[in-house]
Amino acid sequence: MGEALALLQDLSLEEPRLIEWDWIAENFWEDIVPAIQGHIYLSFVSVAIALAISLPVGILAARYRKIYPPVTFVTGILYSIPSLALFSILISVPGIVIGATPVIIALVAYSLLILIRNVVAGIDSVPAETIDAARGMGLTQGQILFRVELPLALPVIVAGIRIATVTIIGIATIGAYISGGGLGKLIFDGINRNFPTMVITGAVLATALAILADLLLLGLERYLRPWARRRRA
Amino acid sequence: MGSILEVLGRPGFSQLLLTHVELSALALIIAILIAVPVAIAVRNTPIGATLAINVGNIGRAVPSLALLALALPFFGFGFTSALLALAALAIPPILINASTGLREVDPGVIDAARGMGLSESQVLSRIQLPIAAPVIFAGIRTSAVQVVASATLATFIGGGGLGDLIVEGFQRGDTAILLAGALSVAVLSIITELGFGGIERALTPKGLRIAQK
Repeated sequence: MGEALALLQDLSLEEPRLIEWDWIAENFWEDIVPAIQGHIYLSFVSVAIALAISLPVGILAARYRKIYPPVTFVTGILYSIPSLALFSILISVPGIVIGATPVIIALVAYSLLILIRNVVAGIDSVPAETIDAARGMGLTQGQILFRVELPLALPVIVAGIRIATVTIIGIATIGAYISGGGLGKLIFDGINRNFPTMVITGAVLATALAILADLLLLGLERYLRPWARRRRA
Repeated sequence: MGSILEVLGRPGFSQLLLTHVELSALALIIAILIAVPVAIAVRNTPIGATLAINVGNIGRAVPSLALLALALPFFGFGFTSALLALAALAIPPILINASTGLREVDPGVIDAARGMGLSESQVLSRIQLPIAAPVIFAGIRTSAVQVVASATLATFIGGGGLGDLIVEGFQRGDTAILLAGALSVAVLSIITELGFGGIERALTPKGLRIAQK
């Protein structure tokens, strides 16, 4: 019995272990935490820039319907280009070097379709009577936009931010291939060194971050839609 | 530009393209064969359908590179590993749309069909599936586009495909090879998107097309 146990122990030592907790403990502050921070930074900056572009474009597209189809066509084409391909095309452009910049440009490009579509859908969802009432109360066009349309469109816009954020957290992992940093760096380094612990750590943390962002923004979306909550209750 | 065309003319190119298409098509078929039967199985139980949709929603949040990377320690380098990961990636959108589509068939229509003496399987094949078909297909389209795009990443776990060109171009610092890979993948994705979009429109019955407007 004792011999068998010893044999089993030997065998388990020879097997390459999937997770070496020692490595995680040793490299936690040096490698893992900065990778998480880098990932959040990349995603946050990209969504913020994309939102700054999508809000005015979406508001214009909701007003002037003619520009909406070409806008969705162009952003739709951008959206369907695979990320690794878009990164490659970007770093081939003279003046753009590998690093965080091309990654952020690509992540912004991917968010545009989702965000613009939701800004327009949000503004469209505002009932015409509400706008009529606001106009009747003497509100100007600008006041109607900022005090009536945008606040009522907010839940739909936040729904777009949620989808964009989750998408971007996923794509940002691939950005590590062109030295964008973030959790993808752990995955790629792990593959190159044939070290499963790093691969799994990076993949699991990226997944956890995406799901966490999804749930947090879903909570915000529900909070902003009190009328929907009440109706359901 | 000329050197990009040269790369596209290399004998190895058609092989990479073929692997890419093979990987994507097989992954999509596996995902359909898993997701659609599951959605059919849970169609009449509200709890099951809600569960399927929620599992699908969480599954959609999993980054594609993370899925491929996670396949590596368990299934090793190679085509099979990439295929399994891509199939897993393609399941959530189909599962969500198939469950939603089947759940949203008007209960009155189903009652009427039962009243006419149709059996459960006849209700499924003649009423529920045809009505839900456009929604199910929209899910298949989403998955197809996602799989073709993510198959580019198969190269990192030895799965082959057009991503090989991108990696080769990147490692050699050869812009022509890099762009040949990137542009061919981009064109393939856009063709997939537009092609499946066309089939989706053709699949939607005239009556439903008007109803959607």
